[in-house]
Amino acid sequence: MEDIIYNQLGYSILSWTVFIPVIGAVFLLFIRSESAIRWTTLLFTILTLFVSFPLLGNFDKTTYKMQFVERSEWIPSWGINYFIGIDGISILFLFLTTILAILCVLVSWKSVEGKVREFHMAILTMEAGMLGVFVALDFFLFYIFWEAMLIPMFLLIGVWGGKNRVYAAIKFFLYTLIGSVLMLVGIVVLYFAGGKTLDILALANAQYPFTLQCWLFLAFFAAFAVKVPMFPVHTWLPDAHTEAPTAGSVILAGVLIKMGAYGFLRFSMPMFPDATQYFSGPIMVLSIIAIIYGALICFAQKDFKRLIAYSSVSHMGFVTLGLFALNTQGIEGGILQMINHGVITGAMFLMIGIIYERTHTRVIAEYGGFAKLVPWYAGFFLILTFASIGLPGTNGFIGEFLIIFAAFKAKMIFGVLAATGIILGAGYMLWLYQRIFFQDANPDYEASGHHPVRDLGFREVITLLPLFVFVFWIGLYPNAFLDYMHASVEHLLQQVNATAVAGNENVIAKYLTEIF
Amino acid sequence: MEMETTISLLDIRPIIPELTLICVGLILILLDLIVKKKEIVAVVGIAGTLVALFGTYKLYGFYEPQVAFGGMFVLDGYANFFKLIFFLNIILTICISMKYMKIEKASFGEYYSLLMFSTTGMMIMASAADLIVLYLGLELMALSTYILVGLMRKKPRSNEAAIKYFFLGAFSSAFLLYGISLTYGLTGTTSLSGIAESLNALNIIGSPITYLGLIFMIVAFGFKIALVPFHMWAPDVYEGAPTSITAFMSVGPKAAGFAVLGRVLFDAFPAMQGQWASILIPMAVLTMAAGSIIALAQTNIKRMLAYSSIAHAGYMLLGIIAGTHEGLTSMVNYLMIYLFMNIGAFAIVIMLRREGFQGEDLEDYMGLSKSHPLASFLMLIFMFSLAGIPPTAGFIGKFYVFMEVINAGYVYLAIIAVVFSVISAFFYLRIVMYMYMKDPKQEVTLTTSPTMSIALAITAMMILIFGIFPSILLNLVRYSILG
Repeated sequence: MEDIIYNQLGYSILSWTVFIPVIGAVFLLFIRSESAIRWTTLLFTILTLFVSFPLLGNFDKTTYKMQFVERSEWIPSWGINYFIGIDGISILFLFLTTILAILCVLVSWKSVEGKVREFHMAILTMEAGMLGVFVALDFFLFYIFWEAMLIPMFLLIGVWGGKNRVYAAIKFFLYTLIGSVLMLVGIVVLYFAGGKTLDILALANAQYPFTLQCWLFLAFFAAFAVKVPMFPVHTWLPDAHTEAPTAGSVILAGVLIKMGAYGFLRFSMPMFPDATQYFSGPIMVLSIIAIIYGALICFAQKDFKRLIAYSSVSHMGFVTLGLFALNTQGIEGGILQMINHGVITGAMFLMIGIIYERTHTRVIAEYGGFAKLVPWYAGFFLILTFASIGLPGTNGFIGEFLIIFAAFKAKMIFGVLAATGIILGAGYMLWLYQRIFFQDANPDYEASGHHPVRDLGFREVITLLPLFVFVFWIGLYPNAFLDYMHASVEHLLQQVNATAVAGNENVIAKYLTEIF
Repeated sequence: MEMETTISLLDIRPIIPELTLICVGLILILLDLIVKKKEIVAVVGIAGTLVALFGTYKLYGFYEPQVAFGGMFVLDGYANFFKLIFFLNIILTICISMKYMKIEKASFGEYYSLLMFSTTGMMIMASAADLIVLYLGLELMALSTYILVGLMRKKPRSNEAAIKYFFLGAFSSAFLLYGISLTYGLTGTTSLSGIAESLNALNIIGSPITYLGLIFMIVAFGFKIALVPFHMWAPDVYEGAPTSITAFMSVGPKAAGFAVLGRVLFDAFPAMQGQWASILIPMAVLTMAAGSIIALAQTNIKRMLAYSSIAHAGYMLLGIIAGTHEGLTSMVNYLMIYLFMNIGAFAIVIMLRREGFQGEDLEDYMGLSKSHPLASFLMLIFMFSLAGIPPTAGFIGKFYVFMEVINAGYVYLAIIAVVFSVISAFFYLRIVMYMYMKDPKQEVTLTTSPTMSIALAITAMMILIFGIFPSILLNLVRYSILG
């Protein structure tokens, strides 16, 4: 095997990173006191982060190869291995996950009151599932993590969520499940087409006939597009994001929806290069629709959290637009924008959770004049607003700039429309800011009113601070992050472009007449 | 060809497990007269079954084909694996029935011996290499089960279920006999391998009469398995029968039906694979569809699980449709996993039953996680496993079947199957939703007993172990069936 570098460290660092949260979840079963449960969970999430730190130092940025690889037999009769490793694409998501998990525990410190143990067990298993998805190099293993994650997420939304939580939880579950099972059929077909293996790297190196590529691409697209979510199948997202508890929204927005795009990068593109090229146009169109439609819908929202949820649809549109522009800037920008969106929207949901704890309302109209009431909060939120809009100096700028650059490179009109999306984004975010923090204050929340509103506390500042560090770090010195992915993205593009044969057009035409 | 007519003593060895179980059943009847506490009868029953189980595998290993009665009875890996399923089925059923039958005021000693006889019937079916032996086993199983279903004599529902089951069962037996006689009339033999040979030799593969015989047999087996359109009895019988018997029936006779279906199709009609596949494909699709869709509308959990078990039969049938021995293996593998998740789910249903409280409505599960977190968590595992979500064993079962059916070229069947599995996920989720996301309407106390805890621990553990380390089960099942 040339594409992998076996674990450079003396111990199985990735396995520990993935399974420490599971150990933590089991550990929680034996703890009675609620505060001890919170502290233990915090400890385990921090431990996970610390255990994964050596990955950063020892990561070889010059190669696209999979690193820290561990492989052992798992289901020999099917040729399935326990096979994990990371490359320049997955390493950033790994850290995004471990960091957000800590913040999720912190933000739930006061807001989650019922079933504390179950909540924290769900968070920890969720974390393990997400990490597993990003490190898995065997398709079966990937699918196990991918699906297993649904269970804790379903419970997080349904048990600890808002008023409409049950509806949102079931909708979320069934939407993602239908996409996933279609992918499952695709996986099995691929298993036989690729020579009875589910090794992701081996499957990526094999060649498949164009028609098969198209079908498999569509099967996988069903799963990934729902997860992203892309335009026609995005409707679960506003419900799930809005109804989920703060920690759930952060995980959803921060990591979960990135998995769809990650799936495109890891599976669809390298395995089905011809189909990727064939479908890149339509997907970019869908992305543009998502960008503009998502942004327009944001203008109509009355609910604070729902507005941010819809903004995710718009922002993820940028991500898929970048990825399917199929050039270096696009893919790197897409990956970076995923991290950015995780940071910004994650922080945004944290802040919504924080203010909701005080006001118990998400209706925008009931806010107003909060800049005076909670000046620190207003300041923090302003930074996030700018980052979300993509103001230079913040991380949002770098990602969106790269993507729009790539879109122009792909097709002029895509670039123009995407840029329109940014203007719309600035519109709804600034309008939101104005309605919440300026205008006349709602008398209910005046210092002398019914509910005096506190400004940010120490725990909350600690929760938010790491994300703000990233806002400026990525914004001012993006190379620290881009460096990790250069080699891997380059390799990915080679895979996508190398096998594309001239003369596909005829095949496509024939293929189309076959279908319609 | 000279037939061996004398039955030597050696010939009896392969049926020692069946004989053991029959003896245990008879002992239980006697024991019932002597001891007052029915728990003792039950424990002796479990002990006897364990003896039969250990005896079987100690004496013969797992994959050493043996024949008896001049080839009418075989003990091969296929039969052996099914016998393992039946043994586990009866042991788990006894574990979950002990307290429950008392609550139902139907705690007769005969209950346990009937379980033994019924299981013996299933074992004979699994080993049958001849249509006559097959029919013998089927009737032994069926007659015992009819009585078990109607055991709650004072309850009209139970009586109705028994009568319904009996009449339709008798009807399907007639179909089976008709099919057997047609086949016999054409081929001149009732031996499965003999039929395959004669079909070839006489060149009557695909002739209308052969076809008819095959169809009649499939109808009869389809009835036992509860395949659509022969499933009508299942919901009523499952609802009316004592819940422990529902658990028993939803696995045992279904597995036995699959055993004979697989055996007959693969051994007697291998040459007509195209024909029987084309009969089974629409049946499988209808079964999955009816099971998944009608279950959505149920408010009684026993009825819901009845439809769910119909849907599962559809998935298992895909393994047979694949038409390969690998496919057969995937079906058997699914059955083993289904055994644990289904009995586990019924065990929870039984726990809700107490004096003066049925506990069969879905609404009785509202807020269960508040008062009984552990039981709810187990139910959650069973439900997600039935829905086929990893990392539970239910996923492994489905994955293997889908793999084989795709390998056989039926990608569209796999797509249909996964779509229905998503539909069925909804009603499994609904139980979880009731338990975890609703507030309790009333106080629910659970009836527990040590044996019940054992059964729950075994089923839940197996689901997780097979889900995370599927190799353990896969190696065993592949070794037994593929050799």
